[in-house]
Amino acid sequence: MKKLINGVDNVVDEMLNGMIAAHPDYVARVPGTEVLVRTGAKKTDKVVLISGGGSGHEPAHGGFVGEGMLDAAVAGAVFTSPTPDQVYEAIKASECGKGALLIIKNYTGDVMNFEMAAEMAEDEDIEVAKVVVADDVAVENSTWTTGRRGIAGTIFVHKIAGAKAEQGAGLAEVKAVAEKVIANVRSMGMAIAPCTVPAVGKPSFELTEEEVEIGIGIHGEPGTHREKVSSANATVDQLLDKILAEGIYNDGDEVAVMVNGMGGTPLSELYIANLEVANVLAGKGIKIAKTIVGNYMTSLDMEGFSISLLKLDDELKALLEAPADTPAFTQK
Amino acid sequence: MATKIYECIELIGNRIIEQKDFLTDLDREIGDADHGVNMARGFTEVLAQIPQDNENIGEVLKKTGMILLSKVGGASGPLYGTAYMQAGKVCAGKTTLAPEDGNAIFEAVVAGIQKRGKAVKGEKTMLDAIIPAGDAYKAAIESGASAGDALDAACKAAEEGVEYTKTIAATKGRASYLGERSIGHQDPGATSATVTLEAIRDFVKG
Repeated sequence: MKKLINGVDNVVDEMLNGMIAAHPDYVARVPGTEVLVRTGAKKTDKVVLISGGGSGHEPAHGGFVGEGMLDAAVAGAVFTSPTPDQVYEAIKASECGKGALLIIKNYTGDVMNFEMAAEMAEDEDIEVAKVVVADDVAVENSTWTTGRRGIAGTIFVHKIAGAKAEQGAGLAEVKAVAEKVIANVRSMGMAIAPCTVPAVGKPSFELTEEEVEIGIGIHGEPGTHREKVSSANATVDQLLDKILAEGIYNDGDEVAVMVNGMGGTPLSELYIANLEVANVLAGKGIKIAKTIVGNYMTSLDMEGFSISLLKLDDELKALLEAPADTPAFTQK
Repeated sequence: MATKIYECIELIGNRIIEQKDFLTDLDREIGDADHGVNMARGFTEVLAQIPQDNENIGEVLKKTGMILLSKVGGASGPLYGTAYMQAGKVCAGKTTLAPEDGNAIFEAVVAGIQKRGKAVKGEKTMLDAIIPAGDAYKAAIESGASAGDALDAACKAAEEGVEYTKTIAATKGRASYLGERSIGHQDPGATSATVTLEAIRDFVKG
């Protein structure tokens, strides 16, 4: 394993402190925790948004702490859900009487740990609501499984629910708009090369020079199938087919697009992929209101990308266009 | 001098730490390759933090559960944390345990894990080892076996449960994303639960 680290046990701690050193005006650490909150005085009249998960997805989640998005982010060990006590610390450090919305990605561990934290907060009479993002169409949805994974579509939840909370909406309204995003966002990813978890020291799976993994998650967990590597356009077409088969995105609809890098794929390739996304959607009469291309929900050093589509209505569109100012996502 | 309950937890912790790479490798096949790493991190903290001289079994188990809850993460943290805390409730105030107490402990552990994990038997989880182990323990105790012999029966049932997890597809946990592709692989959680039970048996049998 070759990595730019100082020791596998220091990865999360030094990453968080490095993020703070880069963005002292945006984020600060709750002492003795792996929680990042907004720099400065606690808000006084706002529903707070808390997200988090395992580390290794940077800039998620700390990179989205700031005006118009999150109030706190909890960092677990690499690819491991943060523990309930840490999530509870995030709630306590940010909540200001109007309640907290926990934005959870649909993984067994994340759901359990955030639920336990919510129970701890409720015991202290803090009002907590939860939403679970499950946007990955690679995983079949069924009452008999854990359900779909939460991946890059989560960023849209941060952005839109964050804007709603910033406008002063109450907890029920913020939760409702987050759920509207979740109902209208779908994603799918693929990998050209695996990632290596520092503490494990070897790649999470192996691919030959000719193989790619389709339907990959964001933790190196296997995807739906392997196949021979093909062109960017053919790969985009395959992922989009699966997303469009959901029946949510139709002729005349307006959508937001995210082409998200997994960490090891150059922006040039993400833009190449995005061109095909734009062409395919144009061909189907689906209008793109906003496109976001970059590394937002990564998987360490994995090479690959995901595509997310979010169907917009007037409310979602306005909230998506609202200002945001965070280390990893800023718009006027 | 270290108390019995400390020595028992110490043996469990050392066995889990010894099996770190094996458990992680199992998780790499059908999960996200962190089960052994996470459990070992948790038990390293447990061994460093729990008091060696506290005879109160309930308190030591509760503390063990709380440390696992705050150090393990993933799904294993809440599940094992809940298991030890529920066992601690059953043992509240006790400094010794009778063989029959094992039944109440199994029941509380199973109920706690089911509630937290929303899983039942047959979903390729730790419950596929623990539920049959509890049943075998209870049957053995009812037929007059010693705690050690009952734990032998429990471990045998747990091992069979691990073998059974190879034959079924996961419907809970991260392995459920693989569906049918998870068949053929043993469940890492059922395996670590069996490692735990075997450590308890070996401790009880000396």
